[in-house]
Amino acid sequence: MLPPAFYYICLSKAYLLYTAIVAIRHLLNYILENMKILVCISIVPDTTMKIRIGGDKRSIDTVGIQWIINPWDELSLTRALELKESSSGAIKSVTVIHVGTASSEPALRKALAIGADDAIRVNAEPSDAYFTAAQVAEMVSKEKFDVVLCGIESSDFNGSAVGGMIAEFLDIPSVSAVSDIKSDAGTVILTREFDGGKEEVTVPAPFVAIVQKGIAKEPRIASMRGIMNARSKPVRVAEPIAIEPLTCIAMFEKPEARPGCRFIDAENAGLLIELLHDEAKVI
Amino acid sequence: MSVLVYTENWDGKFKKLSFELVSYATEVAKMLNTSVSAVSIGNVAWEELKKLGNYGASRIISIQSGHLATLDNQAYTSVIAEVSQKENATVLIFPNNNTGKAIAPRLSVKLKAGIGSGVSRLPLYTHPFTVYKRTYSGNAFAHLVINSDIRILTLAQNSFGITETPNNCVIENLSSAFDNSTGKTVLREGQKQSGKILLTDADIVVSGGRGMKSPDNWPALVELASFLGAATACTRPVSDEGWRPHEEHAGQTGKIIAPNLYIAVGISGATQHLAGISSSKCIVAINTDSNAPIFEAAQYGIVGDAMKVLPKLVAAVKEIKK
Ligand SMILES: Cc1cc2nc3c(=O)[nH]c(=O)nc-3n(C[C@H](O)[C@H](O)[C@H](O)COP(=O)(O)OP(=O)(O)OC[C@H]3O[C@@H](n4cnc5c(N)ncnc54)[C@H](O)[C@@H]3O)c2cc1C
Repeated sequence: MLPPAFYYICLSKAYLLYTAIVAIRHLLNYILENMKILVCISIVPDTTMKIRIGGDKRSIDTVGIQWIINPWDELSLTRALELKESSSGAIKSVTVIHVGTASSEPALRKALAIGADDAIRVNAEPSDAYFTAAQVAEMVSKEKFDVVLCGIESSDFNGSAVGGMIAEFLDIPSVSAVSDIKSDAGTVILTREFDGGKEEVTVPAPFVAIVQKGIAKEPRIASMRGIMNARSKPVRVAEPIAIEPLTCIAMFEKPEARPGCRFIDAENAGLLIELLHDEAKVI
Repeated sequence: MSVLVYTENWDGKFKKLSFELVSYATEVAKMLNTSVSAVSIGNVAWEELKKLGNYGASRIISIQSGHLATLDNQAYTSVIAEVSQKENATVLIFPNNNTGKAIAPRLSVKLKAGIGSGVSRLPLYTHPFTVYKRTYSGNAFAHLVINSDIRILTLAQNSFGITETPNNCVIENLSSAFDNSTGKTVLREGQKQSGKILLTDADIVVSGGRGMKSPDNWPALVELASFLGAATACTRPVSDEGWRPHEEHAGQTGKIIAPNLYIAVGISGATQHLAGISSSKCIVAINTDSNAPIFEAAQYGIVGDAMKVLPKLVAAVKEIKK
């Protein structure tokens, strides 16, 4: 017969193991049940607008410009809301963040009307990507978001930089060119695209996903009820942290004018191929 | 001092894009009176690495660590930052593709280096360091001043071209230095397109819009593309409808391309579409509506029905290829 101490040791080990498992499961549930998503929103001129350069040459003329949520950001907000709705409570909240002045409040209200739970506005001119990313990173570390979504570019500055910069400021993983996000038994699976293919990857949270086309089919539009609800949702205003931008715009230029179109008769369409071969020398 | 260029490989081979980047880096290095170092991550054979010397690279740093087989933005950033410090780089050059966009911004923070993304010309000035970049999706271009001591540029594809400047380059294998660089990105499964000419690589692109009327009409367009050795593209509504795969969607929210020849068939020329194709060297439009805005961007145009014009073009191409 084995001494009673042996059973005691076995039992206590089993108990330790049991408590460890319980603790881990609690922690996992906590993460899954309390997941907070942050969606970065840039506000840009309506993409159909003619862009006129301002008198100072350093800015664009904003007279008559309609401001919209950057197309990719609208899609990432849509996907974040879809994920939250299908998460049976695991995703606690979808917050939007914007670095900009009070003039962008209507577009932020629109994000709330579409379905975001709350909004943060960092009260500063977003002078460059580095400055903007530093502000967002500060809020992420203060408020502990688990997933940060960013669009792959803004249609005004075409910088494609803010998302990656946020991740580096926080020293957390980032996955870029994400065309699908899904949740599979608590694991977030990201599909990313590269020249000539795509792959499914996972990274530990917290992380930044930089999203592109495909992430959601159509941007969600605000319902009447959404617009009413948005009125009572909070927009918190935070003051910026001090950080020097690394770049600035010295001037804008119009694109070079196109040479004008030479028309070829449809009946004689073959002539086009000759011109492309002999004149333009592109085939 | 040096100019460091990141040369991506695809299954161990470089593409036109990598050679264009090295050509560009060589010109930038001339402006700064310095030389070009190229950094390559992945299993690339010596012979292939040597090719970078043809475009002006004098040093090639090769890192063939198995841990870095899957792109991990954080790990790649650390590796390139270390190489950059070792090479004493003051300008770093990346492609403005998905890989460049994944790494360059992180590196910008790590090295406190201002970034000029999507540049399409050589720097305009070196004091202050000023680059020419696309903004407002091609509706305006900015002179961007980068104030930091180190600068990062991402080059718009096909905006500079390839120039040969043969150089006797030295290859350094730094793999062992990075044996412990493991990333947190876990690859579950991957999928590669095979056999097709990639849209972003193609010199010629034939693209269809809603004016093609039905997916059943595409064979005529695909036939023209195959005779021209061209890739196929489409507008957003065409891919949204599922007429064509979404990899073909060109435009502001799709792929941004700059082929030598872009043939737009049944495409109206909305600003969001032009945003993705306006840097093409030569644009051709085929449309039934002579007032379609695409003709304002085009160099050659045919007012006519796509389904009647396409077969004529195929016949004419066969004629010159004889
Ligand atoms: C935020 C945002 C982002 C967008 N991003 C993109 C983008 O990235 N890429 C993109 O393409 N679009 C984008 N769009 C959509 C864009 O605004 C246009 O709706 C779209 O480009 C139009 O596609 P189309 O030219 O195929 O169709 P249409 O505009 O319907 O044009 C069809 C053309 O075909 C011509 N036609 C008709 N019959 C024939 C025939 N038999 N033969 C020849 N020609 C014929 C017609 O005259 C017409 O000009 C975006 C829109 C928004 C709001």
